[in-house]
Amino acid sequence: MTLNADPNSSADTDTSYNFAYLDEQTKRMIRRALLKAVAIPGYQVPFAAREMPMPYGWGTGGVQVTAACLTPDDCLKVIDQGADDTTNAVSIRSFFEKTAAVKTTENTAEASIIQTRHRIPETPLNENQILVYQVPIPEPLRFLEPRETETRKMHALAEYGLMHVKLYEDISQHGHIATAYAYPVEVENRYIMDPSPIPKFDNPKMNNSPALQLFGAGREQRIYAIPPYCQVQSLDFDDYPFNRLRAPQSCEVCGSENSYLDEMIVDDAGGRMFVCSDTDYCSRRQAGQDAEPEVGQ
Amino acid sequence: MYVAVKGGEKAIRNAHSWLAEERRGQPDLPELQVDQIREQLAIGVARIMAEGSLYDPDLAALAMKQSRGDMVEAIFLIRAYRTTLPRFGYSEPIDSALMLCKRRISATFKDIPGGQILGPTFDYTHRLLDFNLMAKGDMEPAQKTQSDINKSPHILQLLNKDGLIQDEPRHNAEPADLTREPLAFPASRALRLQALARGDEGFLLGLGYSTQRGYARNHAFVGELRVGIVAVEFFVPELGFAIDIGEIEITECETVNQFQGSKTEPPQFTRGYGLVFGQQERKAISIALVDRALRWREMGEDDVGAPAQDEEFVLSHCDNIQATGFVEHIKLPHYVDFQSELELIRQIRRDAFVAEANQ
Repeated sequence: MTLNADPNSSADTDTSYNFAYLDEQTKRMIRRALLKAVAIPGYQVPFAAREMPMPYGWGTGGVQVTAACLTPDDCLKVIDQGADDTTNAVSIRSFFEKTAAVKTTENTAEASIIQTRHRIPETPLNENQILVYQVPIPEPLRFLEPRETETRKMHALAEYGLMHVKLYEDISQHGHIATAYAYPVEVENRYIMDPSPIPKFDNPKMNNSPALQLFGAGREQRIYAIPPYCQVQSLDFDDYPFNRLRAPQSCEVCGSENSYLDEMIVDDAGGRMFVCSDTDYCSRRQAGQDAEPEVGQ
Repeated sequence: MYVAVKGGEKAIRNAHSWLAEERRGQPDLPELQVDQIREQLAIGVARIMAEGSLYDPDLAALAMKQSRGDMVEAIFLIRAYRTTLPRFGYSEPIDSALMLCKRRISATFKDIPGGQILGPTFDYTHRLLDFNLMAKGDMEPAQKTQSDINKSPHILQLLNKDGLIQDEPRHNAEPADLTREPLAFPASRALRLQALARGDEGFLLGLGYSTQRGYARNHAFVGELRVGIVAVEFFVPELGFAIDIGEIEITECETVNQFQGSKTEPPQFTRGYGLVFGQQERKAISIALVDRALRWREMGEDDVGAPAQDEEFVLSHCDNIQATGFVEHIKLPHYVDFQSELELIRQIRRDAFVAEANQ
């Protein structure tokens, strides 16, 4: 019996697996699901997710979507929490370096495919880019109704009253819609969609984006998409309009007043400091290469 | 000044080599060999094969060694390996009536055609630590017997001759493949049994146990439990007939469950069924209990709201690779989400204090 080599065993490109790890049959199956997803924006397409050599919940859906989209000429960027150097981003990037030998980058503008967990880059995207989101729970109604058989029906009938009641109850209890991340959106006036656990600060970037946005949920076996220039509306009420939320401080490193900030505890007296969560954006601003983009749309 | 958290790549590399060293343990002790694991930890190897859905004792033993005995991690290694294997096709259905049984018992009949074979079992051992195993000891060869392959019919078939037990409808339809199609509900019984066969032993044990304690109780007896070797056949179109491509060890359990009947139909016993790779009796019995509980709709029983009756609940949560990934993923960074919640709660509290001050 011949064993395929362990993909972690060598720092060089591993030739014992197909390009980008997945076999061509599997990629074709995923591409078909992607095409369907693009054709029906915001609709969750079931797909036969494979077991990947990283755990479910750690980006297997995103990795499969990226693998199905990658070509040898692509330039890949991987971020987690906005940063290129968080351990899981490092791990996924090196996975594709090994199995696909594609060029990788930390520069948002240079990337043709960006796989992300929990953030949309601050630098605006363009028409030649694909943003791949890792999705833990693709169903926006899941925590209101745990049964898939029920939620599929609700989507089919566009029966979203339950969601509006939940948002209304938030307001009556807290005075605010008490969702700060994975804030639900409506795509092209039809499907309510989970934007993955990005902070709601990032939601407006999804609307009318020139880039193709693809979402992969491996464990839950779902793929969905927002084609370029789609209308993506964060759910709200006329008298309680959606608002972006960020720490009111500015970045202590680059001085940005508009970027999304991470908060850090820096001493044992509970002292705080605030720094851009998007590491590429922050370092480019430090180098004086990026101007501050406009807030909002 | 704050220094950004860099160097993930180096940290990962170092963590991996540390892990390799820990796995090896004390270097002056001889290294564990894969064939020792395969031969001497065979029940663990069987569990890895079953939940990993790949019948290969050598690879399962390797996975157990590599995972330092972490069974779920070993199962994960096998699953990740198996998805990359090409599919040549599907075997013919195995015929478990033609099993070379090393163990065959019935809890419903004192004697059965072909005989009861106790076989290699822990059942009647006294659970006393055998300190001789800490030293090297030679053993006496065991007195063994095996069933006659042509004289070991399924016991419940004998009941069936009198119409006392419900007949299972025969299907020639190709069963769906859980590893190639996304799971959809409602699932067929074949698909449910497929999911249960690779489901987590502990989860199914707990669910099976819950049915015995009244959460969808279905009064099960073990009609027959058999462990042994069956042949696997593969149909080769070029030849026009099926050929033997190997043999596998399996455990099969059929339960006899409470009877039901109506004004038009006389009462009959019903069945639960469990089949799993290797000698895994606990799992086979658990599957049979859960299988029977999941059949409430087809049996015209009430949904009493028990977890074991709930197909979506059982099938969505029985896979330990999915479960462990998602449970453990919360140790990944969530700074961004947590930050957004922090800001929101600060905002709500600010508003509350302002409102209070204004009163």
